[in-house]
Amino acid sequence: MNRLYGFALSLVLALALVLPASAGQTLMMATTTSTANTGLLDELIVPMFLKDTGIEIKFVAVGTGKALKMAENCDVDVVLVHAPGAEKVYVDKGVLTDRTQLMYNDFIIIGPESDPAGVKGMTVTDALKTIQAKQAVFASRGDNSGTHKKELSLWKSAGLSVPEKSAWYVQTGQGMIATITIASEKNGYTMTDRGTYIKYADTKGGNPPLKVLVEGDKVLFNQYSALAVNTGHCKDAQYDMAKQYIAWMASPATQKAIGEFKLLGKKLFIPNAQ
Amino acid sequence: MDFLLQGFLHGFVLLFTGNSETYSAIWTTVGASTLSMIGSLTIGIPLGFLLGYKIFPGKKILRTIVDTLLSFPTVVIGLLVYALLTRHGPLGGTGLLFSIPGIAMGQTILGLPIIIAMTATAVEALDKRLPMTLITLGANQRQILWATVLEARYSIMLAAVAAYGRIVSEVGISMMVGGNIKWHTRTITTAIALETGKGEFAMGIALGMVLLAVALTVNILASGLKKKAIK
Repeated sequence: MNRLYGFALSLVLALALVLPASAGQTLMMATTTSTANTGLLDELIVPMFLKDTGIEIKFVAVGTGKALKMAENCDVDVVLVHAPGAEKVYVDKGVLTDRTQLMYNDFIIIGPESDPAGVKGMTVTDALKTIQAKQAVFASRGDNSGTHKKELSLWKSAGLSVPEKSAWYVQTGQGMIATITIASEKNGYTMTDRGTYIKYADTKGGNPPLKVLVEGDKVLFNQYSALAVNTGHCKDAQYDMAKQYIAWMASPATQKAIGEFKLLGKKLFIPNAQ
Repeated sequence: MDFLLQGFLHGFVLLFTGNSETYSAIWTTVGASTLSMIGSLTIGIPLGFLLGYKIFPGKKILRTIVDTLLSFPTVVIGLLVYALLTRHGPLGGTGLLFSIPGIAMGQTILGLPIIIAMTATAVEALDKRLPMTLITLGANQRQILWATVLEARYSIMLAAVAAYGRIVSEVGISMMVGGNIKWHTRTITTAIALETGKGEFAMGIALGMVLLAVALTVNILASGLKKKAIK
């Protein structure tokens, strides 16, 4: 009898855990690992949006490729991503709409302080050519994320083919910080967005083994935008709420807060909504 | 290296200071694994009994299939359940994607083959005279099932412990179906994957210690039950 009672109790407990605690409004968002891993969403955007509007943002942090796919499958209402080319494809397909530029940071090429290939201060094109010529280890995301797409486009614009099967070209298939860690273990180079790099430097106590070697080239610009899921494609998408969120992200107060979000005294994202 | 010791110690800090993020992940893990254990036991034990007790054509092939399913990769189960639950999928209207019952659904699929295979083996290993005796005593089919399962209870409990171990430690299903959403579907294992992705290795180790502590508690409770059953 006692055991039956215990079983019933645990059943009730399990159900209580499972049922949603509150019936407040929620907005589903798919976003990139960079916005999540830097803490921008958890520490700033999500609590601030909840306070201002009473709407809770539930976000899943995946690569840009998967985030866009989730929008196409109607699993989210809004996306926050950084791959303008891929975004355009989905807008043209009618999946996404209301693309709004919100903030940017830049990509950088980082490598060991000793800089074995000697690329410090070069342009992106020269740096990639040198890395290829010297066959220095280069870690690539290899996961169809926004950063990966950007890196592939840089090899192309440097007039090089992507060194797909070369032994020195390491495709990790993992997130940005995991990829930086692999590059540092192999004493090699990689390309990252600056926000994630600052976060990585912060976890290494401000003195990371990999340093910024190539920066400031205008091809390294990294634009983040929000897009709403089109109700023409997904009739159940919460379009009004998504629009409200996008407008809120672009509002002066939020833009100011994004600009003030810092780690190690450095800005991670620079707001640029029009 | 120092993050190992640091993480080990930090695990205790998280547990004993009642860290709210950690406890949210603990309750999500406990909730999902409890649901999936209920699911895989209630479906798995009768099926395992049938597989071990009945004699029918194709039994050996079915046995091989179940044994093969023991190696079902969790990421693939995650993908399958995602395909079912996505709003464009056949069960899209249920709204179970990114929810704890959704995770439990995948984990039930993960636990089922373990329960079925081990229950079947346990039933096969029982004294062959048991069903005969039960029949001569006038037992009906359901009473035979119940008496046989009761006779095999230790082996079935072992099956439950094994299934629980696989369910509570999986990350592929929770990540794909749950989405690792903070305060909602973030389990201990997806939190570990996230912290590792953020480069917070010590935190990853600490959460690993937390998961082991949860498993230890569950196993102590289970062995307490076993003692009671022996009495």
